[in-house]
Amino acid sequence: MGAMKDFVKGLFLTELLQGMVVTGRYFFARKITVQYPDEKTPQGFRFRGLHALRRYPNGEERCISCKLCEAVCPALAITIEGAEREDGSRRTTRYDIDLTKCIFCGFCEEACPVDAIVETRIFEYHGETRGDLYYTKQMLLANGDRYEAQIAADRALDAKYR
Amino acid sequence: MEAQVLNIFQALPGPLWVWVQPLWPLIWTLLKIVAILAPVVAAVAYLPYFERKVIAYMHVRIGPNRVGPLGLLQPIADALKLVFKEIIVPTKASKALFILGPIMGLAPALVAWAVIPFDTGMVLANIDAGVLYLLAVSSIGVYGIIISGWASNSKYAFIGAMRSAAQMVSYEISMGMALIVVLMVSNSLNLTAIVAAQGKGTFAGMGIGLLSWNWLPLLPMFLVYLISGVAETNRAPFDVVEGESEIVAGHMIEYSGMAFALFFLAEYANMILISAMVSIFFLGGWLSPIGFLPDSVWWLMAKISFILFLFLWFRATFPRYRYDQIMRLGWKVFLPLCFVWIVVVGVWMMSPLNIWK
Repeated sequence: MGAMKDFVKGLFLTELLQGMVVTGRYFFARKITVQYPDEKTPQGFRFRGLHALRRYPNGEERCISCKLCEAVCPALAITIEGAEREDGSRRTTRYDIDLTKCIFCGFCEEACPVDAIVETRIFEYHGETRGDLYYTKQMLLANGDRYEAQIAADRALDAKYR
Repeated sequence: MEAQVLNIFQALPGPLWVWVQPLWPLIWTLLKIVAILAPVVAAVAYLPYFERKVIAYMHVRIGPNRVGPLGLLQPIADALKLVFKEIIVPTKASKALFILGPIMGLAPALVAWAVIPFDTGMVLANIDAGVLYLLAVSSIGVYGIIISGWASNSKYAFIGAMRSAAQMVSYEISMGMALIVVLMVSNSLNLTAIVAAQGKGTFAGMGIGLLSWNWLPLLPMFLVYLISGVAETNRAPFDVVEGESEIVAGHMIEYSGMAFALFFLAEYANMILISAMVSIFFLGGWLSPIGFLPDSVWWLMAKISFILFLFLWFRATFPRYRYDQIMRLGWKVFLPLCFVWIVVVGVWMMSPLNIWK
């Protein structure tokens, strides 16, 4: 009986027609394409994009060269060298992130005891050579200065979950 | 029509017409050929655009929309790109055959339009053996594929050509067999007569010609013909000629530039031709579906478009057949079904229930 049923189904193409009904219905469905440069998907405040080094409101850089981020980085993208400054505080003399190695996992952000290294919402950046994506301390601090308002707002939103 | 165009030519300044006059039949035929092929080629250019658009819509995407308004200039951009690309002939290829292959692929698809009637009397060659001509010409398309596969001197191309040739030959048989039933009921090999025969019958008398067309009384043959047509043009779900994971692009693998574009055009020209044939044999050609609307060539266009839409719809819906399943379907399902239906229709026509008197 089952074979007979299959035969009839096959002869009248019922299952093929069912499939066509499905695709036919989607033909009229609302299209879900996001046309990227014109339209953008919403971003969360935890978005992990381009890195930045932050400063305190008085202009002092936050990073204390503890090297926790360097240690935690699974891709070994961070290189830090530290030294004592004239006033006796420990600061970095070199803080580089190779964005071609970085996997944007956010561990550096998590590890940082002073919220110095953060990942911003910026994801539309590019380099025309390999070296352009090697961010030095000056570039990271510049990012921090430029996007500080957004960074601070995002940290504030996240604060109650931490 | 001819008289009007002739008048324009006769108005040519004095001695010019004397020179042109002996060539008039040739000029008139060429004009008719251009009048048929220009819309066909335009349709061939825009079919890939509509294919991308329709399939995108069924995938809940938007499809091409960047080149010109709604992406309507996309085919022109693609054509320009292909025209300016170099045609690379592989070192070990057989050069003459390599160039001949794509031409042999496209030519039959265009030549076949000679006998396709667009309206009563609106046909380039109203020959009585129109169906035979169509069958003969469409078989030649296989040579284009075999020649190009052989001349490329590449394993992938050769295997692809073999697959495609076997598939096309197999499905040509069931297409031919399905046509035999159509010939039996319409009692003619002339395409105009076949369409005219579909305009008669009980339902046509009642004003719903839609139900008198061959598709309803010969429903199994309509489906066999339609599905064989999809297989004949190597379209999804029967597109085993191409397959990125197995044989890359089949017989087209060594081609580039305009030579590749010819294969592309041939595929879409064949799709349009098959759609036109389905419309004429089973969907009543230019006949109007409802009595009070006039018959016109626009009905034929609408029917061709509908069948083409079905082709695209199939591609968006069905997964590919395995190669042995394709062969099984052609030889062990369609062919016996055709034989049985020839007998059934034969008995039907001899019985008092005959509806095709």
